[in-house]
Amino acid sequence: MSLWTFFVTHRLETTELALEHLRLVGVSMLLAVAIGVPSGILLTRHPWLEKPVLGTANVMQTIPSLALFGLLLPAPWIGARADRLAILALTLYGLLPIIRNTYAGIRGVNAAVVEAAVGMGMTDRQVLLQVQLPLATSVIIAGVRVAAVISVGVATIAAAIGAGGLGEYIFRGLSMVNNQLILAGAVPAALLALLADVALGLVERRLRPAG
Amino acid sequence: MTSTCQGAFIVELRRVSYRVDGGRELIRDITFGVRAGEVLVLLGRSGSGKTTTLKLINRLLIPTSGEVLVEGQSTLAWDAIRLRRRIGYVIQETGLFPHFTVARNITLVPSLEGWPLERRRARVEELLSLVGLEPQLAERYPHELSGGQRQRVGVARALAADPPILLLDEPFGALDPITRADLQREFKALHARLKKTAVLVTHDLREALFLASRIALFDSGRLVGLYSPGEFLCTSDPAAVQYRAAFEPAWDSAGSIRSGGKELKV
Repeated sequence: MSLWTFFVTHRLETTELALEHLRLVGVSMLLAVAIGVPSGILLTRHPWLEKPVLGTANVMQTIPSLALFGLLLPAPWIGARADRLAILALTLYGLLPIIRNTYAGIRGVNAAVVEAAVGMGMTDRQVLLQVQLPLATSVIIAGVRVAAVISVGVATIAAAIGAGGLGEYIFRGLSMVNNQLILAGAVPAALLALLADVALGLVERRLRPAG
Repeated sequence: MTSTCQGAFIVELRRVSYRVDGGRELIRDITFGVRAGEVLVLLGRSGSGKTTTLKLINRLLIPTSGEVLVEGQSTLAWDAIRLRRRIGYVIQETGLFPHFTVARNITLVPSLEGWPLERRRARVEELLSLVGLEPQLAERYPHELSGGQRQRVGVARALAADPPILLLDEPFGALDPITRADLQREFKALHARLKKTAVLVTHDLREALFLASRIALFDSGRLVGLYSPGEFLCTSDPAAVQYRAAFEPAWDSAGSIRSGGKELKV
């Protein structure tokens, strides 16, 4: 049975797993952006926070994903359902690239432009919203793209704790020593990663300021 | 010093020193006043404290000791935002917002101040013609302009809300010598018409002599003296003599071309 006929005969199941996968990634990315971008902005206002915050996010990144899923299991409410657990873990993995790029993007805005903005009487909020964030957009979205691609990959491992997603096929294939089943999970996951990257690239082009 | 002076000076520094947090003293014990309508040029080598002094006036920096008065009131007593919107600020060309059109750059302060759209649009047209730019440049972005055009936009932007005071930090420094000479002439004509009080930072002696009503010579964070352009050429103050000597070769008949060098070696 070829991979193609597998997808045809299992189209409902495959679609369902892909959607599950997409949901894990989508929700965790929204959370990661909602937490990461403001944190990055906060770092630019209070530079002494840089080392502890980026350090913590860095450590998160180094914890093997399987271990992180396991470590979070005993957490109350979160640990009660596998998908909550997976979303929390994916969010933590997404934070580092988003915080770091937000911070670097804002810090990278030409100092003379920021000085002109302040010198002409913009409030801190106006400088942030009208000058710094628009000029840092590309760098921030580049961080979100990295986070999303990593997240699609890591989400396959969420199947190990029963959170579903395309990892189901991979783990099933591993235990049955069935390469085709592994591919049936891996190929769509790779396609999802590419899709997420391209989609965010389009978002970037829309949001990037002219000029 | 002087209740008599207080009314006469639009901007006044009284024994002002500024020290970087826990570090070097950038300027020390500076005292001078700027009269209404004059162009005071802060002249000095790189690192002599001119730009620091300028930034103390619009409160981008706060003096470590001493007092900076704008229109008779300490900058610390001013609301920083209000103060800055009353002071036009021109810095080297990079200060334009790259993601705003020329029109939006120019009307930055008017839009912050909530001017209606029609009034802003009219103001853009008025200012573009004032600084000698075509009205169709309004919808361009800064990177589509030449260096000279960008600098003209910078001046227009500073004038937009009709502030009584202008601060200019090396406004013509990044331009080629010929464009620079054009802009200096235009600035002088503009100043003669608008009579704004201006404080201009430069290291270029020729520019200082051409534009200044008075020159404040800075050296290593200290104010060496205040001179009219005529006095500056005659004074025997060692720092002024040294500064003149650095420009001496540019002084002969070919001077206008040779004075283009930016760095000074004394």
